[in-house]
Amino acid sequence: MSDDDRKPVAGPTPPLSKARRQTNRRRFLRTALLTGGVLGAALSGFLPLIYSQRKRLRPPGALDEKDFLSSCIKCGQCVQVCPVQAIVLADLIDGMGVGTPYIDARQQACDFSCDAVQCVLACPTGTLTYHKPEFLTVRPGASLAAKPILLAKEKDPEQTLNMTERMGVARLTRPEACLAIQGKGFKGQTRGADFKGRMRYMNVDRWKPIKVADHPYDVAECDLCARECPIKGAISIETVFAPDGSKRKSPVVHEPCVGCGVCEMVCPVEPTCITIEAREVWKT
Amino acid sequence: MSDLLNRRFVDQIKVMFGWEPTKPTKPEHISAAAQKIHFYKKGNRDLIAEKLHARAHAERKNTWRNRRWITLIIANLLFTFSFFLDIQILEGALTASRFVGFHLIDLNSALQVMLAHKHIINNLIIGTGTVLVLWVLLGGRTFCSWVCPYHLLAEWAEKIHLYLAKKRLLTDQTIDRRLRTVFWIIFALLALGTGYTVFEAISPTGILSRALIYGPGLALLWVLALLVFEVFFSRRAWCRYACPIGLTYGVVGIISPVRIKYKLAECFHEGDCRKVCLVPHVLDTVIKGRAVDTEVPLGPDCTRCGLCVDTCPTGSLSFEIKGLSKLL
Repeated sequence: MSDDDRKPVAGPTPPLSKARRQTNRRRFLRTALLTGGVLGAALSGFLPLIYSQRKRLRPPGALDEKDFLSSCIKCGQCVQVCPVQAIVLADLIDGMGVGTPYIDARQQACDFSCDAVQCVLACPTGTLTYHKPEFLTVRPGASLAAKPILLAKEKDPEQTLNMTERMGVARLTRPEACLAIQGKGFKGQTRGADFKGRMRYMNVDRWKPIKVADHPYDVAECDLCARECPIKGAISIETVFAPDGSKRKSPVVHEPCVGCGVCEMVCPVEPTCITIEAREVWKT
Repeated sequence: MSDLLNRRFVDQIKVMFGWEPTKPTKPEHISAAAQKIHFYKKGNRDLIAEKLHARAHAERKNTWRNRRWITLIIANLLFTFSFFLDIQILEGALTASRFVGFHLIDLNSALQVMLAHKHIINNLIIGTGTVLVLWVLLGGRTFCSWVCPYHLLAEWAEKIHLYLAKKRLLTDQTIDRRLRTVFWIIFALLALGTGYTVFEAISPTGILSRALIYGPGLALLWVLALLVFEVFFSRRAWCRYACPIGLTYGVVGIISPVRIKYKLAECFHEGDCRKVCLVPHVLDTVIKGRAVDTEVPLGPDCTRCGLCVDTCPTGSLSFEIKGLSKLL
């Protein structure tokens, strides 16, 4: 701070000299520059909200997107408790969503190997929650008909996951490439040897998720999506009629689907045949 | 507290919001004891000789700075290692965390979320309350200089700025201090109006804290832009003129017992402290003839960083815990 900044404010103000007026004017311009810069940067965070192409898959128990973004404090405690590190934080390209958690199911799905939706427990602001506050509405089809039964806990006294709304819905987006529909089997590591994704396999270790690459498959007819789905009754391989009238097998998604993304992660076809439509609701 | 210090207390709060410090204009604004010292110091040649002597022999200390840097680095690394090594001592980031299970939530982030979301759950209240008590005890803006990772980077950037300024390659371009208050209001209104935590998207504290814990990202470019602005244009611009977090913690610091105390008698009024200070307006009291009493606590905008304490060759500035000093 230079000496001329120390002028007392008390007393009658003498007329300002020309030099002083110029200094003041420049200082005002600099102040306007910083104001514009900071506000410009802050408000540019709205652009990705307007122009973003894909919806983010949020962790279990997330509020609807608008409420999610307003209440998330961006601390990443959900990231820290996830045993398979399915949750990652968004970067600058998400604008206002910078630092908010999402799941890239193809890379690492939420397989509920924590058994109890730990991320919801960790959230300090209720952005991920078991009980949505009264004043927030539930979109039709977002709520699950019944609490989802976690297959891993089926023999436990408490079988269900404490989830009332789905994260999204799985959809067969590329049926033409689906191995089940083609009647093909699958042998080997789904997603290849370099795939980093992990999952809990009950027949290996209930409490220790392992790499998907360390769990090779050998199936006569591909049913990986249905085989690995952690939720009871969410997806099955059914016999369906093709448009030409012939019978064939196909994965069919059912109402209990919570949108965790395990099917998307384990699908051996590149790119995946089955994807999670983030925040999609169940339509009958 | 005397009337004089009461008046000064109010003045210091106004200074924090961006007003210029007032100068004591009437004799009754200054206590008799302080007036005596001011009078004694006027044109006293012995004092000038003594001052030159003290200056020549003053040793350069970095005691408080080192303590502070170590604290700041440990605090931030505790977050990093809690996650990285899974030791679970301090989980989360600076915006919100759990210290061995206890919720801690940054006051400004909490405020943004409360205004944007308009719904407050218990954990949010508990965490915010704990942090509020913590920083009332520790000094409000102590958060800035002892914990905020951006503060440390900005301090290093400031060194480059001062070097370039010394080489006469640039001069510090000051900005109106009232801007910070304006930003605070704008960001509060934006959160309330749009329902988005707009400030959190650009908060360098949050961005850096997350980068340290969860890995770097593109958001660091914004932090870099701020640092470049501070190096080449305006010294410590973000912390001085923009950051609403600083103002939030400053308000908390109003009632905090931890502060820097200025003792008039020993001071030679050289102004070295004002040159190293992030918020030199809190040190206006050290200017010759301004101190209203023999001992004046600095205002709430002070970050309690201790640079002035290290710099002062006469020990006129020292840390004080109000009430505790009397007990000891």
